[in-house]
Amino acid sequence: MAPRTLFDKIWDSHVVETLPDKTAILYIDRHLVHEVTSPQAFEGLRLSGRRLRHPDATIAVVDHNVPTSDRTQPIEEAESRNQIETLERNVKEFGVPYFPLLSARQGIVHVVGPEQGISLPGMTIVCGDSHTSTHGAMGALAFGIGTSEVEHVMATQTILQKPAKNMKVVVEGQVGPGVTAKDIMLAIIGHIGTAGGTGHVIEFAGSAIRELDMAGRMTICNMSIEAGARAGLVAPDETTFEYVRGRPFAPKGEGFDEAVAYWKTLAADEGAHYDRVVELRAEDITPVLTWGTSPETVIPVTGTVPDPAAEADPGKRAQMQRMLDYMGLEAGQKIAGTPVDVVFIGSCTNSRIEDLRAAAAIAAGRKVAEGVRAMIVPGSGIVKAQAEEEGLDKVFLEAGFEWREAGCSMCLGMNPDRLTPGQRCASTSNRNFEGRQGPGGRTHLLSPAMAAAAAVTGCLTDVRELI
Amino acid sequence: MDKFTVLSAVAAPLPEENIDTDKIIPARFLKTTKRTGLGVHAFDSMRYREDGSENPDFVLNQEPYRKAEILITYDNLGCGSSREHAPWALLDFGIRCVIAPSFADIFHNNCFKNGILPIVLPHDVCTQLMEDARMGGNARLTIDLPRQVVVRPDGTEVPFNVDPLRRKLLLEGLDDIGQTLQHEKEITTFEERRSKAQPWIPRIVLD
Repeated sequence: MAPRTLFDKIWDSHVVETLPDKTAILYIDRHLVHEVTSPQAFEGLRLSGRRLRHPDATIAVVDHNVPTSDRTQPIEEAESRNQIETLERNVKEFGVPYFPLLSARQGIVHVVGPEQGISLPGMTIVCGDSHTSTHGAMGALAFGIGTSEVEHVMATQTILQKPAKNMKVVVEGQVGPGVTAKDIMLAIIGHIGTAGGTGHVIEFAGSAIRELDMAGRMTICNMSIEAGARAGLVAPDETTFEYVRGRPFAPKGEGFDEAVAYWKTLAADEGAHYDRVVELRAEDITPVLTWGTSPETVIPVTGTVPDPAAEADPGKRAQMQRMLDYMGLEAGQKIAGTPVDVVFIGSCTNSRIEDLRAAAAIAAGRKVAEGVRAMIVPGSGIVKAQAEEEGLDKVFLEAGFEWREAGCSMCLGMNPDRLTPGQRCASTSNRNFEGRQGPGGRTHLLSPAMAAAAAVTGCLTDVRELI
Repeated sequence: MDKFTVLSAVAAPLPEENIDTDKIIPARFLKTTKRTGLGVHAFDSMRYREDGSENPDFVLNQEPYRKAEILITYDNLGCGSSREHAPWALLDFGIRCVIAPSFADIFHNNCFKNGILPIVLPHDVCTQLMEDARMGGNARLTIDLPRQVVVRPDGTEVPFNVDPLRRKLLLEGLDDIGQTLQHEKEITTFEERRSKAQPWIPRIVLD
């Protein structure tokens, strides 16, 4: 057999059948369900009289819509409440395992899956959410699907798909101080663009990726979709196996050893073919952030806002100008020192315990600048409890941050956590699209440490000045 | 799902790259439990001003484009979120065909699942079609899926490619679950084989 990539191996082991036009019926090991993209799928099953084939391969949580404030009170927004109640009726009717709002295990679906050992190496994992790519950090093939496909997976435990192309992004070397997984990934997206990975599955490799803990790898794979890729992957290794060991839904005892033996066979073969390879040097990556309304508008925090006049293509020039107008920035201005109104630390990109520790290290002994609202939204109830055990909540509260309940929150503003028009936000989330965090809101994407630095100085700041 | 065969309709030009799914339908409108009714919110931030009134500069607020059934844009249409609410909003507005030099993968897929035909054509051809579309009410484009051509107002034809399986499903208006369930025996065989080979794969069962 020809040498195969990690993606090829996971793909091959899940093909039930290949149809005449090369479309595969691909078996799905884990289906993660949340309240926003599932109601129409459950309704479809009901209308066609179909059953949900494998409730025991499915897990449901509420995350997108949920309030991150006091949860002992009824949910105020009627439509949000309806969506949550609809999910609760559906999981009961179809027998789907579910972590309800008041469970300690509730949280953002992409934090919960790995945390519970539900997402495992070598698996195929889908969810009606584009950031399903996060689970690729486990060495699993994980991608976002639309609601029609959610229904297809519910009914058949498969999806129809043609194989993706293989892309490898290699980051060799050692990153400097203040440079995190978020900076590495933003640098990659800045380099290849938001359509740079279209049609491909990206495998992240190289010593700088190997060195990352699982949280860092999840941050990287999470934003693969921002590079247009179908999925992101990191080959499972000892870091992965140690992370999985002992998690509630992971294999136990001899089963675990058997699983590890299998997982070790997944890494790409010597000489495996990649359709595209991109290489970056870790030493060249500095703390970065975005200036515009596309995740590819990445500049070093020490840099200046680019000038549309330097862009030759008139369409692109007009789009850059529109971004500057929307963001309230001037061409050529230094990005550091730009005042912020809100700091959001959370989202499926950066809400794990490691992210909160990084933010707390900057916040400790400092105060949130006057006039800045700074929020910490842990990724799950488990993350929140762990942080409280470590005393991080006290660090944040003493510094003047809000310490909130788990959910997607201001990453997409479906719940009451929203920017108001014109507000500028330093955000650890994944998208800076116009209106993403609230109509008229202005988002700068950056790492948790950089977000904390912005909170305590009141402006976009090079975190290296505070460490 | 409605069949897609031949569509002769007004096309709206929207000459932008990277139109993301948040732009097509912002997250705050995703609280519905239905597929219909989202058309009024399609392109909300471009279509309406802050006071809720229509933005007269936006193409879909202008005649004849209020009745557009075809939308032409530049690269990477539908990037961002996997929300199927994006094609649902387009469909509810009346859009049945989108034309661009490139699409984001999930959006591209979601269009087919809802009877919207996404057509990939080179950038300069999209520019030509946008110029056709700017000729106003008489400038209808015809999308002929059986023959796989776009017929321009002057009668010239632009061929396009489409995946044969997806073309068949669109022409017949079929959803693919029924088709996959015809392979249920193979799915069951696969499951049995795997549970023997990898018995350690845990089932998710809550106490």
